[in-house]
Amino acid sequence: MSEVLVLIDHVDGAVRKPTYELLTIAKRLGEPSAVFIGSGAQGAEVAEKVKAYGAEKVYVVDDAQIKGYLVAPKAEALQQLAEKTSPAAILIPSTSEGKEVAGRLAIKIGSGLITDAVDVQEGGVTTQSVFAGNYTVQAKVTKGTPIITVKPNSAAPEESAGAGAVEEFSATISDAAKGAQIVASQPRKATGRPELTEAASVVAGGRGTAGNFEPIEGLADALGAAVGASRAAVDSGWIPHTFQIGQTGKTVSPQLYVAAGISGAIQHRAGMQTSKTIVAVNKDEEAPIFELVDFGVVGDLNAVLPAAADEINKRKG
Amino acid sequence: MNIVVCVKYVPDATADRQFESDNTVDRVGVDGLLSELDEYAVEQALQIKEKAGDDTEVTAVCIGPEKAVDAVRKALQMGADKGIHVVDDAIAGSDAVATSLVLAKAVEKAGPADLIVCGMASTDAVMSVVPAMLAERLSLPQVTLASVVETQGDQVRVKRDGDTATEVIGATMPLVLSVTDQSGEARYPSFKGIMAAKKKPLETWSLSDIGVDAGDVGLSVAWTEVEDTTPRPPRTAGEIVKDEDGSGATALTEFLASKKFI
Ligand SMILES: Cc1cc2nc3c(=O)[nH]c(=O)nc-3n(C[C@H](O)[C@H](O)[C@H](O)COP(=O)(O)OP(=O)(O)OC[C@H]3O[C@@H](n4cnc5c(N)ncnc54)[C@H](O)[C@@H]3O)c2cc1C
Ligand SMILES: Nc1ncnc2c1ncn2[C@@H]1O[C@H](COP(=O)(O)O)[C@@H](O)[C@H]1O
Repeated sequence: MSEVLVLIDHVDGAVRKPTYELLTIAKRLGEPSAVFIGSGAQGAEVAEKVKAYGAEKVYVVDDAQIKGYLVAPKAEALQQLAEKTSPAAILIPSTSEGKEVAGRLAIKIGSGLITDAVDVQEGGVTTQSVFAGNYTVQAKVTKGTPIITVKPNSAAPEESAGAGAVEEFSATISDAAKGAQIVASQPRKATGRPELTEAASVVAGGRGTAGNFEPIEGLADALGAAVGASRAAVDSGWIPHTFQIGQTGKTVSPQLYVAAGISGAIQHRAGMQTSKTIVAVNKDEEAPIFELVDFGVVGDLNAVLPAAADEINKRKG
Repeated sequence: MNIVVCVKYVPDATADRQFESDNTVDRVGVDGLLSELDEYAVEQALQIKEKAGDDTEVTAVCIGPEKAVDAVRKALQMGADKGIHVVDDAIAGSDAVATSLVLAKAVEKAGPADLIVCGMASTDAVMSVVPAMLAERLSLPQVTLASVVETQGDQVRVKRDGDTATEVIGATMPLVLSVTDQSGEARYPSFKGIMAAKKKPLETWSLSDIGVDAGDVGLSVAWTEVEDTTPRPPRTAGEIVKDEDGSGATALTEFLASKKFI
């Protein structure tokens, strides 16, 4: 069976959940080989983690020389690994960086690219959600080695023991790839809540919060949910842009999405329409968000959300 | 300085967007316009030009069908100096790999560019990969998804919300830059701008003008193939209750419990 390269999504060696989803998907296409581009010293530790989800091999590419540079060095490393292994497919997390690595790689190795897949079946047939979630599209790469970027929550991670054989891979990185440098970086402050794109539940607030996100956070914490926001809330400066959901923010597809004080503009829908269960709380019964909901409450979020949070906390005991 | 802005003509997101029977995006039956997200790219290009204050020139380039010339016109009305529209029947149905090839060749022919500015994503395909592909094809660095852009001579510094951190990125021109909708509101064309645009140079190029083989682009040679498109089944109408004296919170809690979210 051919190898399937899976680029590990991690922050300083801490493996992020989408990696396990990608490994699960990779098993449908061939033999998963995880690729860790990070600190060589962490290779063994990372290998232990990905091995539990079926990684047969773990290529460790030490990033000491390339850590401070954007995208291009990673694409070069993957190109060289692809040339060495002739993989059946290359799976990359659909983060903004992941997509750009994939874009450069596609040109380098002369392969087709599919981005933002929400599912990948045997034979490499992908499912994508397009036009603000109004269409689903089935597609396939027809040239070269399929490169597919996969969105978070696209598969339930399945544990299965792989060999996890570590292989150091030293990539040759050109100077040209070191053109864009990270001059400063401020890691996002931990919120103590789940990561927005990975969360099983999301509670989002919009202009209707009038800047007070306490009711949103209260309900989110009662449900163990992540907090999100509309662009109107972000543009008003009530919450940082990283919480924005929609066309120009994050796309989420949780089991439960609660929209409070959000009207449901097409650009907002684009980021949440594929959520499994949708709930809205809005004062205006004509708000377009109600067209999407499984359950809606016409009312003031400042009354409904805190009371619901209380009841939920009581039930949980 | 020479700045090229890549602008795409897209079906209006608020209209009913559709697919053709060959599974390509319907670009004719639905009203189109300059992608809103590329207006931010034009705006940043114009601001950089204004700040440079010298003989900096901004050229808007668009690949697309006949009607797509509207996107170029809009960029000229906003203040771009020159427009280039690459149109050729053979381009129809091109995917990102092919689009980036045509763009790269057009940018090369437009003359050496110091800065190539793109939007963060096209509002129809929403791939956010063309800028990276273009950079790869032109062997340039890419500085993407900028929310704040600063230039000084040939130095570019941007701020951006990365996937896990807020970052400052630095690079030296020439490079490919993409900007987000956080980078600052795009200007509306003024009456003067609209009048002036009519006299600005607008060239139409075919594939042979830029030396691209028709056999390398278009639907029949696409590197990816769409097998099927399905409209999302309409969501079944949910239950909607009115909150009266706290009944809403109880009903909501019951619903969440019935779905096992509690
Ligand atoms: C290029 C482009 C990209 C965009 N990208 C995005 C994006 O990524 N994400 C995004 O969200 N938007 C995006 N937008 C903006 C989008 O079009 C809407 O303007 C935005 O989503 C509106 O946010 P909102 O629903 O919070 O505000 P509004 O539309 O003003 O709605 C507020 C809602 O709150 C309700 N309300 C008020 N008070 C209360 C209360 N006390 N209790 C309950 N309900 C109350 C009101 O009835 C109303 O329905 C984009 C727009 C453009 C042009
Ligand atoms: N056909 C096109 N003509 C001109 N520019 C384009 C075209 N397609 C994409 N672009 C540029 O690439 C950016 C990202 O597009 P995409 O990768 O399709 O999301 C857009 O915002 C444009 O700046």
